[in-house]
Amino acid sequence: MSFPWAKEYKPAIGLTQWLDEKLPLPRFVYNAVGAGYPVPRNLNYMWNFGVLAGFCLMLQIITGVILAMHYAPNALVAFDSTEHIMRDVNWGWMMRYAHANGASAFFVVVYLHIFRGFFYSSYKAPREMIWLLGVVIFLLMMATAFMGYVLPWGQMSFWGAKVITGLFGAIPVVGEPLQIWLLGGFAPDNAALNRFFSLHFLLPFVIAGVIILHIWALHIPGSSNPTGVEVKAESDTVPFHPYYTAKDGFGLGVFLLIYCAILFFAPNALGHPDNYIPANPLSTPAHIVPEWYFWPFYAILRAFTYDFFFIPAKLMGVLAMFGSILVWFFLPWLDTSPVRSGHYRPLFRKFFWFGLIPTMAILFYCGGAPAEEPFVMLSQLASLYYFAHFLIILPLVSSIEKPEPLPFSITEAVLGKDESAVLNANPTAA
Amino acid sequence: MAEQASIDTSAEAGEGVRRRDFINIAAVSFAGVGGAAVLFPLVSQMAPSADVLAQSSTEIDISAITPGQAIKAIFRKQPVFIRNLTPAEIASADKVDASSLRDPQTLEERTKEGKTNWLITMGVCTHLGCVPLGAGEGEVKGEFGGYFCPCHGSHYDTAARIRKGPAPKNLEVPEYSFISDAVVKIG
Repeated sequence: MSFPWAKEYKPAIGLTQWLDEKLPLPRFVYNAVGAGYPVPRNLNYMWNFGVLAGFCLMLQIITGVILAMHYAPNALVAFDSTEHIMRDVNWGWMMRYAHANGASAFFVVVYLHIFRGFFYSSYKAPREMIWLLGVVIFLLMMATAFMGYVLPWGQMSFWGAKVITGLFGAIPVVGEPLQIWLLGGFAPDNAALNRFFSLHFLLPFVIAGVIILHIWALHIPGSSNPTGVEVKAESDTVPFHPYYTAKDGFGLGVFLLIYCAILFFAPNALGHPDNYIPANPLSTPAHIVPEWYFWPFYAILRAFTYDFFFIPAKLMGVLAMFGSILVWFFLPWLDTSPVRSGHYRPLFRKFFWFGLIPTMAILFYCGGAPAEEPFVMLSQLASLYYFAHFLIILPLVSSIEKPEPLPFSITEAVLGKDESAVLNANPTAA
Repeated sequence: MAEQASIDTSAEAGEGVRRRDFINIAAVSFAGVGGAAVLFPLVSQMAPSADVLAQSSTEIDISAITPGQAIKAIFRKQPVFIRNLTPAEIASADKVDASSLRDPQTLEERTKEGKTNWLITMGVCTHLGCVPLGAGEGEVKGEFGGYFCPCHGSHYDTAARIRKGPAPKNLEVPEYSFISDAVVKIG
C-alpha cells in the first residue's frame, strides 16, 4: 500500500494508545495525510489543488447546511426566503455569498486540478482508477451545482432548470416522458424545486464518499510528480506532514485571499442580475446563459445547428456535450505514450499549450456569448478541435513523438545527481 | 433433527435438484420480486402528481383578439400562444412548399377547419423550452414573421413552423376544441 520506509504511527500517550487498539482512526489519518504518507519531494504548486478542492467541499457543506436552516424549498416562498436570508438572517448575506462564490471557487480549483492531470498525464497507469473516480466527482459536482442554482427560484434558476431538463427531451422516444418524470410536471414547478433541494442536499455527501475512494485509490501507487518518474528510493520522498501540510497551507492562504476579495468586494460579479427577478414561466430572459463554469460545455451544446445525417441537431448537441466529458473516461487508453510528464514530451506540450488551452478559452468565451455569429462558428471550430485533440491528436502524438530524455530518478531531477543511480546503473544498463 | 437433515441432503445429492436448492431459489426469487416491486413506487413518486395532472385543461375567451393580435395564455403551467392571423400572414404561410420544411406541415394541418386564422400553439420552443418572442405587442417576430426564440436563435414562420435555427420541430399544437366562436378549450 505504501512505501516500505513510510513512518509508522506510534501513539504518544495512553489515551491514543487505547484508541488505536479499539478504532485506529488517528492511525488512518496519520497514514493518509500525516507523516506516514511519503510523497515525492519535487511536487510543485500545481499539486495544491486536491487539498484545496477538499477544503472547498467542506466550505460548501458547512455554508449549505446553514442556508438550509433558513431556506424554504417551495415555489411560493423560495425566492422570498432567499431574500429573507439576504436581508433578515444574521450574517445570512455572508453565508449565501460564501456559498454562491464557494461554488465558483470549487470549480476554479477543480479545473486547475484536472488540467494539472492533463499536462502531467496523471491519468496514466497505475493511476487510472484515481482519474476515473475524479471524472465521476466532476460529474456529480456539475449536477449538484446545477440543482443548487435552481433553488433561489429567480428567472435564471427557472429557465436554467427548463433548458437543462429540456436536454433530456432530446433523447428519441423516451425523452419527453423522461423529462416530465424528472420534473414531476410539464414545466419546472414546486415538484421539481423540492426534489432538486433534496438532491442538492444529498449529493455533496455522495461526493465526499467518492473523494474517500479517490484518495484511497491514490494511496495505492502514491502521488504522481512533475517528472512523471516513479518513486524509486526513500531519497525521492518526504513525509506529507510537515512538508506538504506546510506547502498546502501556504496555497490555502493564497486561495483564501482571492476568495475573500471576491466574497467581500464583488460578491455578485460572477452571478447574473436576472436571478434577482422572481421566476416567471411566461417570460424568458433575453440572454440566458448558465453559470460561468458550464460555459465551455454549453458552447459545445449550442455548436450543433444543422442535422447530422439522420441525427437531429438538438440531439447531436446534447450527445456532444455529454460526450465532451465522457471522453475523459477513455483518456488513460487514448494517450499511449509511456512518458507521463508534459515536460519531456515536446509535441504533446505544443498541442497542450497551443491547442487544448486556447480551444478551452474560445469555448469558454463563446458559451457566455449570445447565440449569434461569429460565436456560433467559433464554437463549431473549437468543438471540432476539442474532440480531435482527445480522439485523434493524443493517440497520434503518442505514437510519433520522440520524448526528451528522462532523469534517472526524482532525486536526480532535484539535486542534479543521484548516488544510487551510479550504483545501480551498471549491471542493468550495460 | 440436524443429523436427519444432513442424511437427507446427502442422499438426494446425486439426483440433481435438492430440497435445499429449491428453498434457496424460492427464497431468492421471492426477495428479488419483492425488492423489484418496491422499486415501482420509488420511481413512480417522481411522476406528475394528481394536482398537477388536474390542471390538464383550460378554457380561454378569445373574442377580444383582433386579426394580427396574439395572446399568451397558460396551459399546464406553460405558455400557449393564441394568434388571430391576418389574411396576409395566412397567404405567406400557404405560399411555402410544406415538403421543403424541416418539420413538413401545412397551416391547414395545424389549425381547425374553417378556423384557419386561429393559430393555437404552445409557447415553448422545441429546442430547449424557452418562450419564443412574437406574441406580445412590439416583440421581435424573427426573419419569417412568426416567432423568434432568443435563447438559441430559432426562427418560426407565421404558421409557427421551424424555419431556421437549432429547434427540431414546429411549435407544438396542443389538443383543443372551439366550445363556441368566442371560447376555446385547450387540453
